[in-house]
Amino acid sequence: MLAQVTTWLIPLIIVGIPLWGWIRGVDVYEAFTRGAAEAFPLALRILPFMVAIFVALGIFRGGGAMDWMIRSIDPVLRTVGLPGPVVPLVLVRPLSGTASLGLLADLLRSAGPDSLAGRLGSVVQGSTDTTFYVLTLYFGSVGIRRTRYAAPVGLLGDAAGFVAAIVIVHLWFGAS
Amino acid sequence: MLNWVWMLLMMSGFLAAAAGGHVASVTQVVMTSGQEAVETALGLVGIMALWMGLTRIAEEAGLVDAMARALMPLVRGLFPSVPEGHPALRFMMLNLAANVIGAGGAATPMGLKAMEALQTLNPDPKVASPAMCTFLALNTTCITLVPTTVVALRALSGSRAPAEIVVPTILATAFSTVVAIGTDATIRRRHGS
Repeated sequence: MLAQVTTWLIPLIIVGIPLWGWIRGVDVYEAFTRGAAEAFPLALRILPFMVAIFVALGIFRGGGAMDWMIRSIDPVLRTVGLPGPVVPLVLVRPLSGTASLGLLADLLRSAGPDSLAGRLGSVVQGSTDTTFYVLTLYFGSVGIRRTRYAAPVGLLGDAAGFVAAIVIVHLWFGAS
Repeated sequence: MLNWVWMLLMMSGFLAAAAGGHVASVTQVVMTSGQEAVETALGLVGIMALWMGLTRIAEEAGLVDAMARALMPLVRGLFPSVPEGHPALRFMMLNLAANVIGAGGAATPMGLKAMEALQTLNPDPKVASPAMCTFLALNTTCITLVPTTVVALRALSGSRAPAEIVVPTILATAFSTVVAIGTDATIRRRHGS
């Protein structure tokens, strides 16, 4: 049943939104194209970060450092269900959305999107936000200096999200 | 911080290559990685354009406002220190609604306005107020219902079911939000405010 939900969700959203908008009197075609026009600038904004991350990871993997890291920590991480290749993503996720997106793109490419690592990475990327960036931007904009317990609470939320992602991915997709 | 991560990845990769005697592979890898990065970023354009177009229709149909109204009881309960009818409440609701729907462009300006409005209620303008901390706990853990970029990247790398991670992602997000809000409420109660 749950698999059905996921299968139907996207197609229903894609036809449902324009239909609903049309009923509400929105100029749907015009609104759609105006929104779609923002995609290319967005991709261009991501591009430099992708290059930076892909090149750094390329050296890290090509030189054999990734294999070494995975060999030394993977047995430990396996026991908690966290595949080694996901580790860089988990560490960078709270720091930068674009950098972690680059790491995810690389992970999906190297481990495969339908592998345990690929699925877990996808859920991690989608389920938490760039805590440090949000805190810096929001507090900075109004001149707050002392942020008190906001950062620990945000990071605790991230940690809870990671743990939940591991547990949920294992339960949802079964042991693999 | 990212300086460190980036330098660490490159330096340790280079040192490992040098120690393993295959420095030549570094040059080759660097060339193909750059190419792949560009292909990935540009490959996202199609799906992102579709999604951003749909989001725009939803915004113009009033989805953000409808969502904001639905979130009203939640927001009122979480911010007892903000008086009823204060503009901060409205901005916070609009920010959260835009976040949930994935109208990223609308979320940040609303969030910054919410912070400004909360600042007017803050007795010490240099120190974060409890309401600000709660708002950011919500903001940093609650995220979009459909993680579009992730789904697009999965499709791009040949997934059999790119969207299969949507429901697990929502469940994981919900858990992190509950933990962050719960922790925030506990701290607030202990400080007696």
